[in-house]
Amino acid sequence: MHLRKVIALPRLFAAVLAATAALYGAVDTAGMRTIPAGAYAPLVRPAKDAAQVPVAAFLLDACPVTNAEFLAFVTANPKWRRSQVSRLFADESYLGRWADDLTPGPRTPADAPVVDVSWFAARAYARWAGKRLPTTAEWELAAAAGYDQPDGRNEEATRRDLYAWLARPVPAVLPAAGSLRPDFHGVRGLHGLVWEWVDDFNSALVTGESRADAGLERDLFCGAGTVGARDPSDYAAFMRQALRSSLQASNTTTSLGFRCAKSLP
Amino acid sequence: MNPTRLLPLLVRAAGFAVLASLGLANEGPSDVKGLVVLPPDVVNLPVEQAILTAPPHVPPPITRTYSARVVVNLEVREVVGRLADGVEYTFWTYGGSVPGSFIRIREGDVVEFHLNNHPSSKLPHNIDLHAVNGSGGGATSSFTAPGHSSQFTFQALNPGLFVYHCATAPVPMHIGNGMYGLILVEPKGGLPKVDREYYVMQGEFYTTGKYGEEGMQSFDMAKAIDERPPYIVFNGAVGSLVGDKAMTAQAGEHVRIYFGVGGPNLTSSLHVIGEIFDKVYPEGGLSLVNHNVQTTLVPSGGAAVVEFQVNVPGTYVLVDHSLTRAFNKGALGMLKATGPENRVIYSGKEIDAVYLGSQADAGSAAARREAELKAKIAAEIKSNPAIASLTKEAQIEKGKQVYMGLCFACHQPDGNGLPKIFPPLAKSDFLLADRDRAIRIVLKGLVGPVTVNGVTFDSAMPPQEAALTDQQVADVLTYVFNTWGNKGEAFNADQVKALRNQTH
Repeated sequence: MHLRKVIALPRLFAAVLAATAALYGAVDTAGMRTIPAGAYAPLVRPAKDAAQVPVAAFLLDACPVTNAEFLAFVTANPKWRRSQVSRLFADESYLGRWADDLTPGPRTPADAPVVDVSWFAARAYARWAGKRLPTTAEWELAAAAGYDQPDGRNEEATRRDLYAWLARPVPAVLPAAGSLRPDFHGVRGLHGLVWEWVDDFNSALVTGESRADAGLERDLFCGAGTVGARDPSDYAAFMRQALRSSLQASNTTTSLGFRCAKSLP
Repeated sequence: MNPTRLLPLLVRAAGFAVLASLGLANEGPSDVKGLVVLPPDVVNLPVEQAILTAPPHVPPPITRTYSARVVVNLEVREVVGRLADGVEYTFWTYGGSVPGSFIRIREGDVVEFHLNNHPSSKLPHNIDLHAVNGSGGGATSSFTAPGHSSQFTFQALNPGLFVYHCATAPVPMHIGNGMYGLILVEPKGGLPKVDREYYVMQGEFYTTGKYGEEGMQSFDMAKAIDERPPYIVFNGAVGSLVGDKAMTAQAGEHVRIYFGVGGPNLTSSLHVIGEIFDKVYPEGGLSLVNHNVQTTLVPSGGAAVVEFQVNVPGTYVLVDHSLTRAFNKGALGMLKATGPENRVIYSGKEIDAVYLGSQADAGSAAARREAELKAKIAAEIKSNPAIASLTKEAQIEKGKQVYMGLCFACHQPDGNGLPKIFPPLAKSDFLLADRDRAIRIVLKGLVGPVTVNGVTFDSAMPPQEAALTDQQVADVLTYVFNTWGNKGEAFNADQVKALRNQTH
């Protein structure tokens, strides 16, 4: 009886936090947006693969998952708390800047995107939330949007903000997840906040350069990185590709978070 | 994709899906091979930590005479720093500086390399050392996520000065943000002793703002692709080697500069104003030495070692002799040498006097000096047949150009003129008989009958005094008097001038 109370308290706390998060009024951090069907052109692909991959319409979180939301998850799932998580699923720096297991603390404000999470943790969260992680194709399709059009990769303002973000080091304290200007679909922070896990982040193994089975990253070195590339001037896409290729599923970094997706019924 | 290739991929993909659905670890695209099993003779080598230095400093020469296992620990950090006064930039660095830490090892050493990517880094990085024989120069073994560390081992087989750089896509951006440095593999016999060693690298920065535009600047992809950098600098910033930060030496000392170009794109024409490189080890190879070099070309992703004795005190300016880069984009550094002057090697300014040239009033002291100097030079030339003939040669060459532009139409390229219309100049008794008359005819023209080599011509030559300078008249006559079998002394402009001013 006594034990149950102890467990119930953090649950209540988490529920309050989640409710608070949902109440970020106009920003609606909890909401999802519909990304219409489209086509994704992989940055690098074997010559015989299709240049365009069709992507069905899907739902995508308007904002990346916040510390408050992730707190609710670890509260409900003790095995994902920092002190209890298996080293197989998250490395030593998992949630490393939280004050303790159930306190994000001053360096990781409740409304800021959660970072220092592994792919396993992100995936577990998504399942817990009744969602899933977006695929690379889905994420890239959504992220191609500019402020004013569905394909904004050459939009002046979008490019400027993207490259300005790439040029800055990771800030000590991240801004709120909903603080950035919404894009054409009403989605915020796909660029300019944190990197984000995708479900098939290591798809390099499957769809990468077919000359070398050892993985895509080998071919990203130096000038060779542009062999077979869709658009060698899309530096930001190369950077995302490089980041994904460098990761293992248990890795965490100070600028890597995630958001969830859902298939449309 | 053929089926035999597809199958293992499908198996792997399926395997991944199964593992993932079980929540088990497929650890992503890992290519970790485990620690290399080194042969006993390598294992037993003495182990030492590499001394790493930030530019412009160089680790001390290696004094040991045997191979070692050298452990290099290099940390990648993304840091905000000064690109120019009031201009900030996020540099991606090896060891916190641009260029990155200088690494010094010895030919035959076995290097245990640790690349540590700081947790605050936004991006994965790797390192391609041009000193490595092996895939990617280390890049394939050092691809490291933020907050991680990679290790690989290589043997330094070739001595030389080598560039290292990040080779993660997009490479031009990683290098363009400062990810390059030098590694020196000293030959087994070492390098000759010098008094000072310095480390300088050139690189371009493609900022969104133009040169000098204040504030935090971002990398400009379009400028990088067009190779239009607002900044081309030494050691990562405008003014990184000037004023208090200048390199120093004492007069008489021998200075060695390890110079590299990170790029990502541009080649350097390295020059030190006021010094001559006594030695250049071109392209960073340490076996070939070139002597007495003014400017050495250093390619992007390449290096050179230059040495010079600083003969006299002064400030020696290091530039990329593609000089807009030095003057407008920052490619400028300094070496300040102190010590006693040596006025025999370099006097400094000896005299500052008024010079008026042809503006000097006739009869004034300046005009007299000018005339004396000219007379002295003329006498000197005349008394030295070697110089005199050189002068005449040059005049004939210039005169030919005048002739072929103006005279040939009538007198013909072969100097034979046209029968009954234009008299010949080749072996012309009329022409060769009177030099002053020849000058006068060129200047004032000639109308009426003349007899040349026994033939009478009656036509008109227009005056050329408006078209030709005194020197050109002298030149063309020197040409005519020394071509087609004609032989004669050179004409000079003074003779022409004297006749030009005569009025008939």
